[in-house]
Order: sequence, then structure tokens, then C-alpha cells
Amino acid sequence: MNVKILFFAGLREALGRGSESLALPDGIGTVGALRDSLAARGEPWSALATTKNLRAAVNQQMVGLDAPVKPGDEVAFFPPVTGG
Amino acid sequence: MSISVQEADFDAGAEIAALSTGRDDVGAVASFVGLVRADKATEAKVSAGTQSAGAGETAFVAAMTLEHYPGMTEKALEAIVAEARGRWDIFGVRVIHRVGRLLPGDRIVLVAVASSHRHDAFAACEFIMDYLKTRAPFWKKEETPDGGRWVDARESDDHAAGRWNPAE
Repeated sequence: MNVKILFFAGLREALGRGSESLALPDGIGTVGALRDSLAARGEPWSALATTKNLRAAVNQQMVGLDAPVKPGDEVAFFPPVTGG
Repeated sequence: MSISVQEADFDAGAEIAALSTGRDDVGAVASFVGLVRADKATEAKVSAGTQSAGAGETAFVAAMTLEHYPGMTEKALEAIVAEARGRWDIFGVRVIHRVGRLLPGDRIVLVAVASSHRHDAFAACEFIMDYLKTRAPFWKKEETPDGGRWVDARESDDHAAGRWNPAE
């Protein structure tokens, strides 16, 4: 089962896409590890490593980068929020 | 429905009135309405460190577009309202946040809270706004003469949310 990954705001624009679906690579068990593996693809994916104070959510709950990820999860990466 | 994420404008007066309609136990309704300000583009001119009218001075915000994370946005707002209910004795709560393209003067957000007394209504209203600013997945992009720019998160918003921590 794949992981659905979503990107928002400036990060979405930098990556040129709002979503991605992939099989969770072997050995990737946390949000931070998933972020690192995506960022390692090179440009433009390094934006995941350079976005200041990158935030993440798993299944629509804000989490830290040490939060676990498993197949079937919806993972989102985005810059700090600026609503209100 | 106490929470709405919508493109349409709202009638703050009607929403506030609805919180006490048909009941006689509401003694206070506190509300906040956030508007799009025709501001200079954020920070550009401050970091320039000059008194002269540099390029940043003319970079007025002509419009802004609000993006959000459908699904998570509603859940995050529900969780914030639930937390407010746990902290204060409040009745009805109404939260409306607009998304899409907005112009200076347009309403962006409404938070209205009904309670028996003003203290709980004021505190819960401010708490919901502070948490919304740091926990609800909305992002603003400003349109300026220099092009589009995503608004940077403010540290002051983190501090505002932080002062509600249970440790206090």
C-alpha cells in the first residue's frame, strides 16, 4: 500500500506538484526519514530540506519529524501556517 | 455547523446574533473579525535598513490568496474549539475562515464565542484566534507590484499561542 504525500503553499510551488504517491521505501519509518529520502532526489526536491521550519502532518494531524509513518498513511509537508 | 471554511463572505452581525437566538442564558458574546489590510509587502523595507522610500515602500498588497489543506483544516479547527470548551465555560462557538482570492478590506476570518459572562467569552475567543494562527493549515500569498510572495510565519504568533500553555 502506498503513502500519499501532499505539499502546500510555497513548498508546493517549489516542487511543481501538490501530491505524490509512492511505496514507502525500505527502512523509512518516520516523517523525517521520508522527508530526507525525498529531498535526496535532488532539484527541486531539496526544497524539502531547505524550507525553514518545515511542518508535517500524518493523517491530517500535525506531528513532529520523529513521528512514525506506515503504508496507507497520508503525509503532508508544508511551511509554517499563516492563516487568520 | 460551528465551523466553516468557505470562499463566500459572511455576515458577522447575523452570525453573532445567531449565538444567542432563542436562549436566555447567554450573557456575553465576544467576537473577532480579521480583515485583509492594504499593507506594504511584509518586511522588504525593514530589512533594507534605510529611511528613504525604497522599492519596498511602494510594494503594496493588492490582493491575497488563501490556500488550505481541505480535510485537515476542519479537523484542526474542531480540535481548537474542543480545547477551548475544555478550558472555559462557553456555549456556542462560530468560526468562519475564508479561502481563495481576497482584496484589501475583505473579511478573512470570524471567531465568535457565547458565554454567561464576558471573561470566558473574551478569553476563549482570543485563545481560538491564537491557536488558529499557529495550528490551522492556512497559507497566505500576497500579490504585490513586485510579484507574488508567500507570507512568512511570525514568531510573535508562536509567542501569542504559547502564553496559553497549561504551565502558566
